[in-house]
Amino acid sequence: MQLPQFLKPKNELEAGGRQSVPVHRDENEMTKQCPNCRRQVPLSLLWSRHNTCTCGYHFRMNARQRVNFLTDEGSFQELDHDLVGEDVLGFPGYPAKLETTRSATGEVEAVLCGTARINGEPCCLFVMDPYFMMGSMGWAVGEKITRLFEYATEHGMSVVGCTVSGGARMQEGLVSLMQMAKTSAALRRHSDAGLFYLVLLTDPTTGGVMASFAMDGDVILAEPGATIGFAGARVIEQTVRKKLPQGFQKAEFLLEHGFVDAVVDRSEQRETISLLLNLHRGGGV
Amino acid sequence: MAGKTSYERVKAARSADRPTGFDYVNYIFSDFVELHGDRRFGDDAAIVGGIARLSGRPVTVIAIEKGHTTRDRMARNFGMPHPEGYRKALRLMQQAEKFHRPVICFVDTAGAYCGIGAEERGQGQAIAENLVAMSGLKTPILSVLIGEGGSGGALALAVADRVWMLENAVYSVISPEGCASILWKDAARAEEAASCLKLTAHDALEMGITEEVIPEDQLGTPAFYDDLAYKLTQALASLDDLTVEQLVAARYVRFRNIGQP
Repeated sequence: MQLPQFLKPKNELEAGGRQSVPVHRDENEMTKQCPNCRRQVPLSLLWSRHNTCTCGYHFRMNARQRVNFLTDEGSFQELDHDLVGEDVLGFPGYPAKLETTRSATGEVEAVLCGTARINGEPCCLFVMDPYFMMGSMGWAVGEKITRLFEYATEHGMSVVGCTVSGGARMQEGLVSLMQMAKTSAALRRHSDAGLFYLVLLTDPTTGGVMASFAMDGDVILAEPGATIGFAGARVIEQTVRKKLPQGFQKAEFLLEHGFVDAVVDRSEQRETISLLLNLHRGGGV
Repeated sequence: MAGKTSYERVKAARSADRPTGFDYVNYIFSDFVELHGDRRFGDDAAIVGGIARLSGRPVTVIAIEKGHTTRDRMARNFGMPHPEGYRKALRLMQQAEKFHRPVICFVDTAGAYCGIGAEERGQGQAIAENLVAMSGLKTPILSVLIGEGGSGGALALAVADRVWMLENAVYSVISPEGCASILWKDAARAEEAASCLKLTAHDALEMGITEEVIPEDQLGTPAFYDDLAYKLTQALASLDDLTVEQLVAARYVRFRNIGQP
């Protein structure tokens, strides 16, 4: 299969909405350029296609949008919404950066956790947010995900996790790094209890998140064209002084190398995830 | 000793004159038998592993090795492991678990290698698998950071019951150069970044990330290795009183509590 070579989308807030927004065409309507096919896509068309272009390009979604898109209406019950960490290192500029990010996104942290139903299937769900410091994982993100796994273990529930992250949050230094171990330990307990964990990798999932709970799912799905890797492409290019192969670190590349189970188009994600949840009903020992 | 800046310690940790992983294996243990290969793809010379005796007791030893001579350093990829290195370590840890042998790791890496092959063979997946396996490994694990503790590539051998750092070892989520270039678009400000990152042994001790700082006054001398051997023996003895369930539960709590406000 010839895969499209996606360009990096601009790091801007994606306008978006719920799946129920009707499509109307209007000449004065706002459009957004698709980084893949370069066409100007009307926002209403984008919304009706869950932020995907007709060429197949998947735009990023913020965490709320993804929760609304994936879960049955009104079923998401958020857990630990107000949980925040501290500026443990006294890192220059970090509190101010958090504050501006919070007011720009309306979110408290880079992950949303809760219980939900997907096509009627109950699960614990975490969804990371690319617009909150690029989904970076500090103490609060690690703690929320750990608590979600502990909750799921206690209640015998499956976990669905949508990852998007630049990695560990450097402003929290070693405490961020330790979140990789903490979340791994919590998901190990969940797994040892015979419970199901599904990961959906979205663009981009890299660094310390990729090297921990993003790669630990019983089933690992990925969005088309998503960048998924441990090291950043630029760092690798500088290290090896070679041009990287086409499609390097894309979802399809990982599929080819045996690291994801399937690449699933956004339009099919609800069906696929709910089916897999259904197939694991009655899990737990 | 005291008075060194964070960046001076970074430079000390990177110094080619420091003892490397193999030195610790040779001077602390007896009867070392090196075991090669991950049984999946290959043998990574950046990670050395095998079985040996510590004060007479069989243990599994795993060390990241940077090498001393230029030729050796190149052969060992300057101590930057590939996925097969982490998978070899995992194989040896699971072997240790089977035979109820404690695992002792010596960590010294700038980080997991950033390369095309490393990504193709799942560098992130290999590290992720080690974190999960170590978090529940049913045998004691001790990790000593002897030089550089480069992010996930170091943590993949440091999900342990006790984590110690040498006085001039550093442990960080990102290199000071990387941090400076992301934050200020200027890698030359690494010195400033090093102090912001709180990456020294004393910082890590203060944050509850490690249990002990190993003094370096006698680094590389027989007395230094004897002292470390004694400490490791004592640490294992203190863990012997725990049942396997208590050991794994205590390890869970150890990482669960780090950074708790």
